[in-house]
Parts: sequence; C-alpha cells; structure tokens
Amino acid sequence: MSQNQTVHFHPAEGFAERSRAAVNDAHLRRSFRGAMDFLQAKRLSQFPDADELSALRDLGKAIRLHALANLPDLLEQLEAKLQANGIQVHWAETPDQANAIVLDIAHRHDAKNMVKGKSMVSEEIGLNHAMEVAGIEALETDMGEYIVQLAGEAPSHIIMPAIHKTRQQIAELFAAKVPGVAYTDNVDELIRIGRDVLRKKFAAAEIGLSGVNFAVAETGTLYLVENEGNGRMCTSVPKVHIAVTGIEKVVAKLEHVALLNILLPRSATGQAVETYQNFISGPRKPDELDGPDEVHLILLDNGRTQAYADVQLRATLQCIRCGACMNHCPVYARIGGHAYGTTYPGPIGAIISPHLLGLEATYALATASSLCGACVEVCPVRIPITDILIRLRNEAQAASAGKLRGGGRARKPLQSSIWLVWSWIYGQPWLYRIVSWLMSRGRALAPSNQGAWTRSRTPLNPAPQRLRDLLRRPASG
Amino acid sequence: MSARENILGRLRRAPAGAPVPLPDVAAWFATTPVEDIATRATRFKANIEAAHAEVHETNAADWPSLLLEIAVQKGLGRLLVGHGTAQAEVLRSQPQHQLKLVSYEQPAATWRSELFENIDCALTAARSAIASTGSLILWPDASEPRLMSLVPPVHFVLLDAANIHADLHAAMTNERWAEAMPTNALVISGPSKTADIQQTLAYGAHGPRELIVLLCHRGAKSS
Amino acid sequence: MNPSIPRPYPPKPANAYLFATCLIDQFAPQAGLDTVSLLQREGISIHFPEAQTCCGQPAYTSGYPDEARIVARRQLDLFPQAWPVVVPSGSCAAMMRHHYPKLFANDPVLYAKANELAGRIFELTEFLIHVVGFKRVDVGGSCTVALHTSCHARREMGVHETSAALLAGLTQVKVVRQARAEECCGFGGTFAMRHPDISAAIVSDKVASLKESGAQRVVSADCGCLFNILGRAEKIDQSAAKGTPSLPGEHIASFLWRRTSGGEA
Repeated sequence: MSQNQTVHFHPAEGFAERSRAAVNDAHLRRSFRGAMDFLQAKRLSQFPDADELSALRDLGKAIRLHALANLPDLLEQLEAKLQANGIQVHWAETPDQANAIVLDIAHRHDAKNMVKGKSMVSEEIGLNHAMEVAGIEALETDMGEYIVQLAGEAPSHIIMPAIHKTRQQIAELFAAKVPGVAYTDNVDELIRIGRDVLRKKFAAAEIGLSGVNFAVAETGTLYLVENEGNGRMCTSVPKVHIAVTGIEKVVAKLEHVALLNILLPRSATGQAVETYQNFISGPRKPDELDGPDEVHLILLDNGRTQAYADVQLRATLQCIRCGACMNHCPVYARIGGHAYGTTYPGPIGAIISPHLLGLEATYALATASSLCGACVEVCPVRIPITDILIRLRNEAQAASAGKLRGGGRARKPLQSSIWLVWSWIYGQPWLYRIVSWLMSRGRALAPSNQGAWTRSRTPLNPAPQRLRDLLRRPASG
Repeated sequence: MSARENILGRLRRAPAGAPVPLPDVAAWFATTPVEDIATRATRFKANIEAAHAEVHETNAADWPSLLLEIAVQKGLGRLLVGHGTAQAEVLRSQPQHQLKLVSYEQPAATWRSELFENIDCALTAARSAIASTGSLILWPDASEPRLMSLVPPVHFVLLDAANIHADLHAAMTNERWAEAMPTNALVISGPSKTADIQQTLAYGAHGPRELIVLLCHRGAKSS
Repeated sequence: MNPSIPRPYPPKPANAYLFATCLIDQFAPQAGLDTVSLLQREGISIHFPEAQTCCGQPAYTSGYPDEARIVARRQLDLFPQAWPVVVPSGSCAAMMRHHYPKLFANDPVLYAKANELAGRIFELTEFLIHVVGFKRVDVGGSCTVALHTSCHARREMGVHETSAALLAGLTQVKVVRQARAEECCGFGGTFAMRHPDISAAIVSDKVASLKESGAQRVVSADCGCLFNILGRAEKIDQSAAKGTPSLPGEHIASFLWRRTSGGEA
C-alpha cells in the first residue's frame, strides 16, 4: 500500500461502539428488519423448488470454481479478446493505481464531469474522493447511490445502498439539497425529481464509469445488470466509458452468464430477472450514432491475490455480489451496513475485507458472527463463509504472523493463556473432574456478575451435582 | 515490473487447487421441456406483463394502426424511428395521423438535448425474445442506435412471435452469439424501475416509464 | 457434509454411547438423565465414558485450533466399540460429525479416527426418530410449546425436522411457530461474550417472538441456546419484578420424558 492511500478504514477500532449505537437506534433497527424480512420472503418465492435450487447452486459454484482455477489464463484471454474488440485494458494493484488510471484517462479528455453507475469497486478504491481532489465531479446516478451521496454517506448495502433510509428521510434530504424542490414523500415524485436532475448530468458528462457483473473471457464482453437504466446511460451516453472490476469477476464462457444470472437477481432482490442486461463488447463502430468512442476496463487486485494464494480462502473470490448473505444475517439485520465500517458489509464483507484492508484492521468483523450459517445456506455459489470466518479467527490470533497481512496481530497474551489453561483442563480428564467438581461444590460462590453474559441475562450457575455424579448413583426407580 | 505482471505472477505462483472441469451448463438448460411457439409466446407475455410491460397481440399488417391508436390514446406526439428500417418506412406510409416521426440519423452528440427533452416515444424492433424471463433482445446498430430503447419515456417494441426462445441460454446458442458479439447487446425485461426508496417500486427511474410490446403473430391471427 | 443428502441410519442398537457435552454435565444434568431414561426405556444400554469432557467447539470457533485439537483429541479414544454415539446437542454433534475430520485433516491416523467417529455421531432427536423409531404415548395435559432449533442442528445436521417430528407425536401438545423461527438466538458461544450488544439484541428479539407465539414454554435440543434464551427472559422478568417466569423452557429430552413417562422426571 502506498503512502497516499485514499481510503482509511479502521473497522477494528470502533466496531463495538458503532454496533452498540446501531442496535440502540430503533429507527435503524426497524428499517433493516423490515427490509430483511421483505428480501428474504421475495428470495424464497423465487426458489420454490429446493432440489432445483440446490442443483443450480452446484452449477453456479462450479462455474466460479472453474473460473478461479483458470484465473490467470482467463484474465489473459479476456485481455486479448477485449483488446481485439477495441476495449483498452488496464491493471491496478492498488486503489491508488486504479484512481490514477481513471484520472489519466479523464485528463486526456479534459473531463470535468463523470456520471457513475453502481460500482462497489469504485467505493472500494475511494474513487469519488480521488476525483473530487482532482476537480472532477463524480456523480452517482443509481437512485440509491445518488441519495447516499447527496446525504454525504456511504452505501449500507451492496445492492440497496440507501436501505437504511426511510422515505421521509429521503424526502427531507431532497427538499434540503436539491434546488427548487419542495418536500414530498411520494415515492414516484421523488424518483421523478432524481430522474430530472440526473438526465441533465448524463447529457453533459464526458465520462461514464461503471462496475462489471461478469467479464466473459471467451468473447471479450463486459456484462452489467441493473433495473434503472442509469448503468446503460453511463455506458452509452458519454464519449468515454470506464469500467472497474476486481480480477475475480471473469468467467470462461458466455453461456456461464446465462446460468449465473438465474441465481444473481433471485438471490439478490428476489426478482426473476433485472430490467436491463447489458453486454458490452466494444466501443461504437464508425457508423454507429451513439455509444462511447472509448471503452476501458480496469482490472483491480487490491488484496485479491492474497485470498487467491490460499486454497481455502480462495473460495472468497467465488462471490457474485448478490448480497443474500447480508439479507439473511442476524448480525447485519441488527446493526446495518455502516457499523461494519467497510465497503462490503455483512458476512461477505467480513471475509473479503481482511484481504483488502489487512486482518489487523478487520479482525473484529470476523468475530462478529454467531456462525449460525444462514449465509452459507443462501449463498448462490456455496461459499463456505463460516469455515472461512473460523480460519480468519485462527490467522488473526495465531502465534506467528502467517501469510495474511495483519495475521497474528489480534493475539492477546491473556486471552491465549486462558485458552491454553482451558485446553489443559478439558484435555486432561482427571483435571476436568476436579475442576468441575469444585465448580459444582462451590456453586454458591458463582459470581452473579458474569461480565458480558449477565448484562442481558441471569447468571449461569453450575448444578449442585454433575451428570457424572448423578449417573453414578444407583437408579432410584 | 508492471501491475499486470505482478498480478499475473502472484496468481501463477499460487498453489493449484483441485482441477475443475468446464461446467456443463448446456445440460442444465437441456432439461427444459421443449415448447411450441404459441406456448413460448404465452409465457413471454405473462412474464413481461408481470414486470409491468404492456403487450398487444397483433400481426405484420395491423401493428402500424395499432401503434398509432395507442400513441393517440397516450397523447404521444413525437415518435423516434430508426434510419432506413422497414418499420420506419411502413409507419411513414400510413395514412394521415397525429404522430410526428423523427428519424435517428445524426450522431447523438449533435442533437443530445433534443433527444433527451423533445422525444415522447421510440419504436425499435426486437431481434428476438426470451420466454422464461419475459425479455426482449435488442442488438442496437447504426439504423436503430442504443439510446432509442433508453432515453424516450415510452418504448414501443416490435416483436415477431416466431423469434421467442425458451431462455437466455437458448437465445445465445441458437443465435450463436459467442461467435460474433455486437458492440452492445441488450436484454430488456420491462420498463425502467427502482425500489431504492424503502423497497417501494417506482417505474421510469432513468429509462422508459412504459414498455409497449407489439407482439406480431404470423398467419391469420389478428387482434 | 451436505445435510440435504440423507445419511444412512443403523438399526436400533443394543448399546450406545452417550456424549453428554460439558454444558449438560456441569449446568444441566437433568437433560442428560432424561436422555438416558428415554434411551434405556427403548432397550438400549447407555454407556457414559467417564473421561469425556468437551467436544472442543469453544476453542475451535474462537480461533484457537491447537487448543481445540488438544481437547478433541481426548474424545477420539473414548468410544472404542462400534456403537453409535448419541449427543443431546445439535451444536456439539455437528462439531464432532463435521468439524473433527477438518480439525485432524493433517494427521492421517487421527483423521481416520475422527472420520470413523464422525460416522456414528448422532444428535439425540435424529437418533430417536431415525434409529429408535420413537413412538410413545403422550400422557401429559394439553399444553402449547414453541420449538427453537439451534443453527448447527438445523444447518449442519439437517435435523430440525426430527425435533419437530418428536413434538408432533405428542397428541396433547400444540406446537406453535414463532416468527423467524429459523433465525439464530444470538448465542454463538464466545460471540455472546465478545459482542454482547449485538447478541443481546438478537436474543431479545428471539424472546419477544417466542412470547408472541403464544407458547407456554420453549423446548430445544441445544442447551447453549436454552441458557441464552431463558437467561434473557429471566433477566427481563427480574427487571419487571415478575415472580413466575414469563417464558419457561427445557431441553427436549426432559420434555419428552415427562410427557411420556407419567409426569415423573
């Protein structure tokens, strides 16, 4: 990481405070609970046949596994095909490199205005900030992203960025921030206001920036899905289109997209299909009357190769960013996306962020899970999220630094000693017998204050006699 | 070392996992029961209507008058048509009507404000369609550019019912997309929409508020 | 590994081991006694290896695999006969059945041992339904209960149906479904200690949904969840100065035994 890194996340510090504030925010709790219930029910309605879903998930996983197993080859094939199609390909190891590439393109076109389709990778690299510093207006055009940007916030969900906001809050925001707009909490009206503002921006922007849902190596195609049409605006109105994506988003075959897009919209928002599937395989041809003159793709690493280097953690990169894991997560439902402090919240955020930001900074997220497995149950590509969370906990507390950035840094001497003593007691039956006997005999001495446990619960007290004592007594009939 | 070499180098140095065979996606789609044209058309219609599109069943002879009738009903004044397309010619040859036809002949950059502000609706053909998701397939080109299906608030689409595939995979393989992709291929499954404000569905977010499909059946069937 | 793939079940054995779990041994022995009563009544001799301690899950999920291995290693040798091992906890059963092989993946000898043991680990309700063919007459009065299934029982063991099936076999018991029944109770072992605010928020919602369901009591096949849910409910009662518990509950083994044995525990 270079010195002038634009993104500064310190989720490990402050996660407890942020999550406490979130669980005590009744408003936020209601917003998320309502949204999660809605999304869970919608997803379920799209997968009525459990066996079919299971087979689909197997195939989805196989496609992503195949892509990852052949990742370097597929990236080279993708690059060659894109270039043959007239799309310029750039590689970036860090957020700074990615932003520098965007700025370089922007400067070559004297660009001052950029319209953006929804792109979590652009959030990841802090692109808006980098553009602002360089005097370029980078305007979010997805309605949710636009709302969040207008409020000076970050997305709280990877698919539904403004999920934490109520209609009334958005109405107040528009009335305060959009010139000439009176308060209305009518959703159609609010959307019309956003549409009118942004239409002018689409027509004026020199650069359109987007993410990529899948990049097809076989044909050199960038595949983007969306409902609003802003993504299509960004990729077809301005004279330059820049797409940014992580290196893991490649798939081998065009037909793989057909299968993955059965899983993606259903898992994400419980809709059968998105309104727009946009296959981009080149800039406009000389005789075409619209479309960008230039198309660029930036392939970003930013720690993904670290995940890739480990056979178990590589599964993290199977992700197709549907957000189903967060929609079903009991922790995410209670604290929302902002408490995580990372671009990607929820279960997927907890397992991808350590590679982007280092394990030291993100360890708290890996522990913020009851390992209930709801995420694993719904993941359309079967990422073993809970196993990966356990692995990250191991790496963070390991005695040696290991291979992950920030590994071993969460190890605390007192805590390690406690577990060591625990392993002695439970690892030696005679010692366990003595300790557990002492506990049951001394139960009157059991503390009524058991720390974090008794803040919300009554104390847990040993029984007067252990099961092993009771079983040793002759049956009383 | 360039970023490219560094990234590829790290990926190539990573331990190989278990080999993964190319997934047989075709086999999955092959399990879909084969349907006749009429069944596919029915399924297409039901699905795209569920996504808030209007579908009018018509035929090759009647669609122009139907379109004009709908346009009048909706109070639409200016219709954007493609340059030198058969459907534009057919509309032009219709007897007198209220609708003013605007032809997309110049690069968008030269008349962008007009395109964004003064066009009520557009008509394009669909290359084909998809039954399983109720989707239209458009391959915009020089005669029917991509913004026609995006910028005007109402989008009329002419679809030949014989060109409806079972699913996206069938469309890709039957039409052999992978052999030569166009610069832009679109799969459109309804009018533009958003649920970004408190999960409340609203139409016409950035693209067309209304998507009106003129589904042309071959043979005698007429609306 | 995939709970949707049914595992083979042996015929009802004459002997079985009990791995009671450390929680039951120290904190809820009645659930262990009732487990033994239920199984012995079916003609199965129950063997309780005295050297058993804990499955090792607390350390395993807290990021201390070496410490987990030390403890788990001890349990591997406790069940020398080829008898089934019955575990009255979905969570601990899942640990032994699914995670032991992973824990010892790097040691061929111990891996083989862990794998062999994993193959005969049965969660109690799973064992009662699929191996014992449990069918006993309900002799209790009418009552309304809600079932809370632990996440590990549900998602790793795929046995949430077996607890439900046992309750469905009790003719005088009405089972009500609480809202978001499949959601975690917020226990998660050390998660409850490490993130007490989030855990408290989750368990408070769970207690509320159980109360709203109209159930007179909650039953579960996992003591960890029960301690969490009942401890939270009790704490709420205390602050409301309520004498009688507003949400009583017990292990499903105790509930089953009481309902089918004439009321005596």
